[in-house]
Amino acid sequence: MQTRQDDIRAETPLMRLENINMVFRKPGALFADRDIHVLKDISLEIGEREIVALVGESGCGKTTLGKIVTGLYRPTSGDVYFEGERVSGVFDKKLSSYNQVQFIQQDSYAALNPVRTIYQSLYAPIKTHHRKWKRAQIDERIEELMGLIGLLPSSQFLGKYPHQLSGGQRQRILMARAISLDPKLIVADEPVSMIDVSLRLSLLNLMKELNEKLGMSFVYISHDLSTTRYIAHSGRVAVMYLGQIVEVGKIGDVISSPRHPYTRALLQAVPIPDPDFKGNDELPLKSMQLGSLENRGEGCAFFDRCLYSREACKQKFGSVLTETAEVLCCNLGQVPSEPVFEKIDRTEENV
Amino acid sequence: MQTHTDHIALFSHVSIDYPLKKYTLRAVTDVTFALKRGAVTALVGESGSGKTTIASSLIRCISEPGRVAEGDITFYGSGGEETRLDLLSDKEMRAFRWRKVSMVFQAAQSALNPVLTVREQFSETLEAHGEKLAKEEREARFSDLLDYVKLDAERVLSSYPHELSGGMKQRVMIAFALLLDPELIILDEPTTALDVITQNYIFTLLKKINREKGISMLLMTHDISVVAKFADYVGVMYGGRLMEYGDVRTVFHRREHPYTAGLIGATPSIVGDISQMKPIEGSPPDLLDLPKGCVFAPRCPKCRPVCLTEEPPMREFEDGSMGKCYFYREGDHADTAG
Repeated sequence: MQTRQDDIRAETPLMRLENINMVFRKPGALFADRDIHVLKDISLEIGEREIVALVGESGCGKTTLGKIVTGLYRPTSGDVYFEGERVSGVFDKKLSSYNQVQFIQQDSYAALNPVRTIYQSLYAPIKTHHRKWKRAQIDERIEELMGLIGLLPSSQFLGKYPHQLSGGQRQRILMARAISLDPKLIVADEPVSMIDVSLRLSLLNLMKELNEKLGMSFVYISHDLSTTRYIAHSGRVAVMYLGQIVEVGKIGDVISSPRHPYTRALLQAVPIPDPDFKGNDELPLKSMQLGSLENRGEGCAFFDRCLYSREACKQKFGSVLTETAEVLCCNLGQVPSEPVFEKIDRTEENV
Repeated sequence: MQTHTDHIALFSHVSIDYPLKKYTLRAVTDVTFALKRGAVTALVGESGSGKTTIASSLIRCISEPGRVAEGDITFYGSGGEETRLDLLSDKEMRAFRWRKVSMVFQAAQSALNPVLTVREQFSETLEAHGEKLAKEEREARFSDLLDYVKLDAERVLSSYPHELSGGMKQRVMIAFALLLDPELIILDEPTTALDVITQNYIFTLLKKINREKGISMLLMTHDISVVAKFADYVGVMYGGRLMEYGDVRTVFHRREHPYTAGLIGATPSIVGDISQMKPIEGSPPDLLDLPKGCVFAPRCPKCRPVCLTEEPPMREFEDGSMGKCYFYREGDHADTAG
């Protein structure tokens, strides 16, 4: 698939995914295993110093895609290129055991070994990848990392076990561990969804800082468009639906003028922290039910829920380049293009 | 001052304790507020702020070993009857619970019994409350309820919980809460673990129930955006205290309490300016080691010496708003709005 980004960015992107397909086999009755097509023809580029967000409902395949980017899964078909070279999973030599791409998990409690201290959790990966480093050198590096993530004095935290830290602190430790090997790309899977609201913003700020100061690229996976807009305000967003990217573009453009019918519904569902915004109660969707990944036909995956679908959509789908985004819909002419938010005018009323 | 007919329930100086082995943890301290009849009142706060504890006290569902240590909780029925909920015997409470006040729990997947079909669970509840209905009548009531929450009654009634999706289970829970025609429904984070589209759908449904059936609602949430979209009144909880209470538009527009202002300022939105957002510094308080003065003082950008020594009183204003801060609605404070 020819993408808009090819024209814009002449230099080699940090990571390029080409026609990625991922099929999981679901065991059924004898000889009746069913194939679940979790990702379908995904092509995406991640530039250096770029933040790319993947958003969508649960089950849309965003975490699976994140795991392919980190090399934890090998795609069923399709190619992954890192700095222009084709790579194949975690043990690929090109990536020297893939430490140039790191993963931050959603559940910080499950991601840290409960019987190891924070120091041990941070020490192990550095020692593994820098065999010749002396203890003092590693300690110095850990001290530097703790400063970067804002947990100082470090002596107060390093001797503790994961359960002795708060959720926000644990999430910071995960970030320290992820950056300890100087990766070029970090995949963060819902990193703030389990964190208290008042602490979320500081974690997002930390990620922005790492992106700006250390030049790390981020893939931010989330179902929350508000935090996505905050972290990736200058980056791109890829909206996913049933294993496909239905719209990709600059996040500002996608939010102010969403084009794909699904993106429009998704945006309209996001609650806005201001009571003066009109409650768009009825979403522009035909049905609430998420389509099925099994028996995926030839046509558009969004067909059943789309208000603007025609018969032809059952047979084929294709992507369209609009002025601002690449949209997977061949009936765009029928989809409204005005913004989905409307502020209620209350100047007449007494506030 | 409004009369009690405007209210459906009143918390008066309620404190709730969890007696532990060595010490007693006070999860809710001296909370006073009324729930307006027919309205949606939201309690917003972070984990550990005491919002679930105070709401559960309405139907005496506080998790063990919690108990109401001080204060009165009164329920005003639509027929004019007054019930002191904290004085009911356990037997009386069992009859009251679900008939007058029901609850939609946070995790729908664990709130439903996994080895019973939806029909069996509905019937069981009816029987426990002594409703003796003929089979057809019962079936008709179940179907009506499930139709109302837009579920396919025939299929859902004979399903086990694992055969339903998360959004469907939550709608079954809502139908379940409506089973005995209650006057008030408590909603404890009804949409956590659901994606935004399902969340929007659930809230649209709840709003419809609120408007059409006139059922009052008490919503607990950590998400201030949901409050803005769905609630009529809001109480902001922090460290077991009610910090502010008022109607949603006033609270959002005036942003009088520094904690509320901080929460709104720390919540990213998909509209408007995001360059001015900033987090609330510090971390939520440890309930076993609370600061001496105002519980929010260590994180408060407006903290003065007096805040560190003495806890501010809750003050009530003419428009029904309440605030627990020395600088609430003072001239030097108003410039933070907007």
